[in-house]
Amino acid sequence: MLIVWIVIILAIVTLAQIMRISAIAMKIRNRREEDISDADNNFNGIFLLLFLIFFLGGTIYLWAKYGNGMLPEAASEHGAELDWLFNINWIIVFAVFFLTNSLLFGFAYKYRGKKGRKAYYFPHDNRLEMLWTIVPAVVLAVIIILGLRTWNSITGKPSEDAKVIELYGEQFKWTVRYSGEDNKLGFADYKLINGSNPLGVATAASIDSAINNRTDGILKTIEDLRIAIAADSAGNDIYSVEELYEMRSKMEKYSRIKERIEKMQRQYEAANSDLAVADDDRISKLELHLVKDQEYQFIFRAKDVMHSAYFPHFRAQMNCVPGMRTKFKFKPTISTKEMRVKRSNEDFNYVLLCNKICGVSHSNMKMIVVVDETQEEFDAWAAENTELAIATTN
Amino acid sequence: MSATAHTHHKESFITKYVFSQDHKMIGKQFLITAIFMSIVGVFLSVLFRIQLGWPGESSSFLNTFLGDTWAPNGILDRGMYLGLVTIHGTIMVFFVLTGGLSGTFSNILIPLQLGARDMASGFLNMISYWLFLLSSVLMLYGLFLETGPASAGWTVYPPLSVFEEGIAGSGSGMTVWLISMTVFVASSLVGSLNYIVTVLNLRTKGMKMTRMPLTIWAFFVTAVIGVLSFPVLVSAVVLMIMDRTLGTSFYISDVHIGGEIMEQAGGSPILYEHLFWFLGHPEVYIILLPALGLTSEIISTNARKPIFGYRAMIGSILAIAFLSFIVWGHHMFITGMNPFLGGVFVFTTLLIAIPSAVKVFNYITTLWRGNLRFTPAMLFSIGLVSAFITGGVTGIILADSALDIQVHDTMFVVAHFHVVMGMSAILGMFAGVYHWFPKMYGRMMNTKLGYIHFWITIICAYGVFLPMHFIGIGGAPRRYYDYSVYDAFDTVQGDMIIDLNIVISIFAIIGAIGQIIFIFNFFYSTKKGQVAIQNPWKSNTLEWTTPVEHVHGNWPGELPTVHRWPYDYSKPGADDDFIPQTVPLADGEEEH
Repeated sequence: MLIVWIVIILAIVTLAQIMRISAIAMKIRNRREEDISDADNNFNGIFLLLFLIFFLGGTIYLWAKYGNGMLPEAASEHGAELDWLFNINWIIVFAVFFLTNSLLFGFAYKYRGKKGRKAYYFPHDNRLEMLWTIVPAVVLAVIIILGLRTWNSITGKPSEDAKVIELYGEQFKWTVRYSGEDNKLGFADYKLINGSNPLGVATAASIDSAINNRTDGILKTIEDLRIAIAADSAGNDIYSVEELYEMRSKMEKYSRIKERIEKMQRQYEAANSDLAVADDDRISKLELHLVKDQEYQFIFRAKDVMHSAYFPHFRAQMNCVPGMRTKFKFKPTISTKEMRVKRSNEDFNYVLLCNKICGVSHSNMKMIVVVDETQEEFDAWAAENTELAIATTN
Repeated sequence: MSATAHTHHKESFITKYVFSQDHKMIGKQFLITAIFMSIVGVFLSVLFRIQLGWPGESSSFLNTFLGDTWAPNGILDRGMYLGLVTIHGTIMVFFVLTGGLSGTFSNILIPLQLGARDMASGFLNMISYWLFLLSSVLMLYGLFLETGPASAGWTVYPPLSVFEEGIAGSGSGMTVWLISMTVFVASSLVGSLNYIVTVLNLRTKGMKMTRMPLTIWAFFVTAVIGVLSFPVLVSAVVLMIMDRTLGTSFYISDVHIGGEIMEQAGGSPILYEHLFWFLGHPEVYIILLPALGLTSEIISTNARKPIFGYRAMIGSILAIAFLSFIVWGHHMFITGMNPFLGGVFVFTTLLIAIPSAVKVFNYITTLWRGNLRFTPAMLFSIGLVSAFITGGVTGIILADSALDIQVHDTMFVVAHFHVVMGMSAILGMFAGVYHWFPKMYGRMMNTKLGYIHFWITIICAYGVFLPMHFIGIGGAPRRYYDYSVYDAFDTVQGDMIIDLNIVISIFAIIGAIGQIIFIFNFFYSTKKGQVAIQNPWKSNTLEWTTPVEHVHGNWPGELPTVHRWPYDYSKPGADDDFIPQTVPLADGEEEH
């Protein structure tokens, strides 16, 4: 460490000395800092040209080597369309990028200053300015039309036979909920979340148990307070004032939430909501399995903070926002097995990543996605690896 | 006016250097503060680049600076990583490129280039600086808190930024961040109002709006954008403070965090995103326009040619300013907002490409058949135009909502905005410092060191950000602590990301070290640089008609009178290749 500091200090001292010497030299030769000699102009002009070559060459090299970021071809139906759109846009982007950078650095090289030459006085030219207003406008119109066509088809309504799946994000894991035979997800509410109901799925039983839990909590606190009061009158303090205050506010919170759950219960009743649709909902905490060529309508929810469900291989992404239900649909077209062959990599897997900063372990929040070849394959996996959304312990 | 009263006024050390009301001194105060803040901001990025380049490897460098709390055994703490990313972003965007860039050059150049004695209100101008300093100190203070600085990303989206159960930095770190930003916005507003009033009221005789240098146009429009958009950030921040302390629920609903049900209900985090990006997008142009303004002036002066299409340049600045207010939704394509609304934002966003293209082609045409004098400022300006192109074209990809699905929130976005906004504006700021240094300090910076600085900077900047695009296209999310998670599902891609991250980190470290040359050149030249002459660059604008030694009130005698636009370089029929704005039109001479 000391050596590093010594080197830095020496470097600065050397720099200062060089500056002094160059200052003296300039004085002797009667040159000033703002006098840019032809040699300086030539040096920088040539360097700008070299830089252009390396810059564009480097871009081509990176593109040739890493192309689409080493991603395999799109594994979903709309993904293929999106990749086509990407290619069209890349062609336009690269053309503009090469043309304008070449003109910029090329002119900088070509018109590098020479003593005695006079620049060409050329303040404006309406035709030229029209040209580079209209040409970009036309190109952009094409980009916009193509882009919005694809955007509308991606965000449009899913087909009738799309299966509904819920993805639930929380710090720092994903949970999948399959909607079961009826293809309908049961209602859910964050107030119903507990150990045996991690997604807060609403059924008649889960609502009752949530209300009962709160009632128990209130009763238990009242009991504790009663004991405390009795002990207090006998002259020994079990709880400090702060603890008593905390117990009271906890009890109040229990009763407020209980009231809200009861209100929710009444609303479900009033709307004639069929809470039984949740009964066949099954969840998976380890992997998301999909079936090839089956369209899926994903519903996204979040428990604590914002997350974003990102499937790079399927060209799909949607934010998961607490308090909202967001949607995205896609149809996987290449099974995991097929992709492993294509990648000639036995260990390749599709993945679901979290792509919205969500806390310290954000970068670990992922889930392996498997696209099965057939429904039978999926069923066999599901039978083994999924569980009911609400655990029935007794 | 009160010219004489100004010039004969004797000042003490305190009123001259500390509580100065002179716009030139305030500009220099902004600059020095911004240089300090940028050293901190860049240093923070070096710290997290070490982690990203060599994840999980022990580094005594990290341990030395972050200690055992934040880098135990030399490995960066996960929470601190996010804290560094957050504070790096905040410092660079607001304190360096907004306060620093606009604060420095608007202050120095508006009165000087308009022929005014000072800003409309010297007192408010002083307040603006001191608020800026206060907010800077607060932001830095956040780094030293026990629970760490704000760490929810520089956009501080709720609910993560609201609940400390979500991340430790959302405790007192976030409180300090919010207070600092509120003070910062106050500083920015006071400054901007001052700039607007000065430009509208204090132009000297003959300085019509259509004779103003493009620098002033850029500062003026920037100030207008700032006045219209920054208050929205304040409202976003105040509502967040209320959500955090008073239990309101503007941004919060249905949150179950840390094993507890949060009772706030009915709000929406998306509301915050709308408010934030209503500032956030115009903010991009608050950063970029001043840099483009400086560049217009520098390129024209050093090409010895008028800027091509002066009116089109003004028109495109105004068009960009207007459009910048109706495009914020492109940051939110995948928040689940109505797809039709998304389509509207695609349209408005891509429209911005038109005035941007006009500007780029006008710069290129200005170089065409010029007699280019490669001062360091000129080189940096050319670098800016290149970065503006390179970052601009990737914006076309991101503005297309369908394509954004794939690259949203990935390193591609990070690369894009670092090139188009960070790199462009920083290069523009360097250009400005090299060009107007003689006006600020009465001395010249060393040209040779300027060249070395430029070449290191441009090579390293592209070395960092070009490869970063490819990581992003590959689907690497931003704000990841460690990309080695990729190895778990695709080693081919994992290897690419690791390799490129090492390249990026090496360029970042060399580039950061290279800035020492600039810092040295800057401070050395303020004391020992060659003494400047009055108009070293043979420029037309009014600031070069003032004496080299600063006087309070700028011109010792009468204010100059303006007779022509500022870009009469190499005009046919004239002897010199420049005609200052103060020279009356000759008989039969057309203005332009």
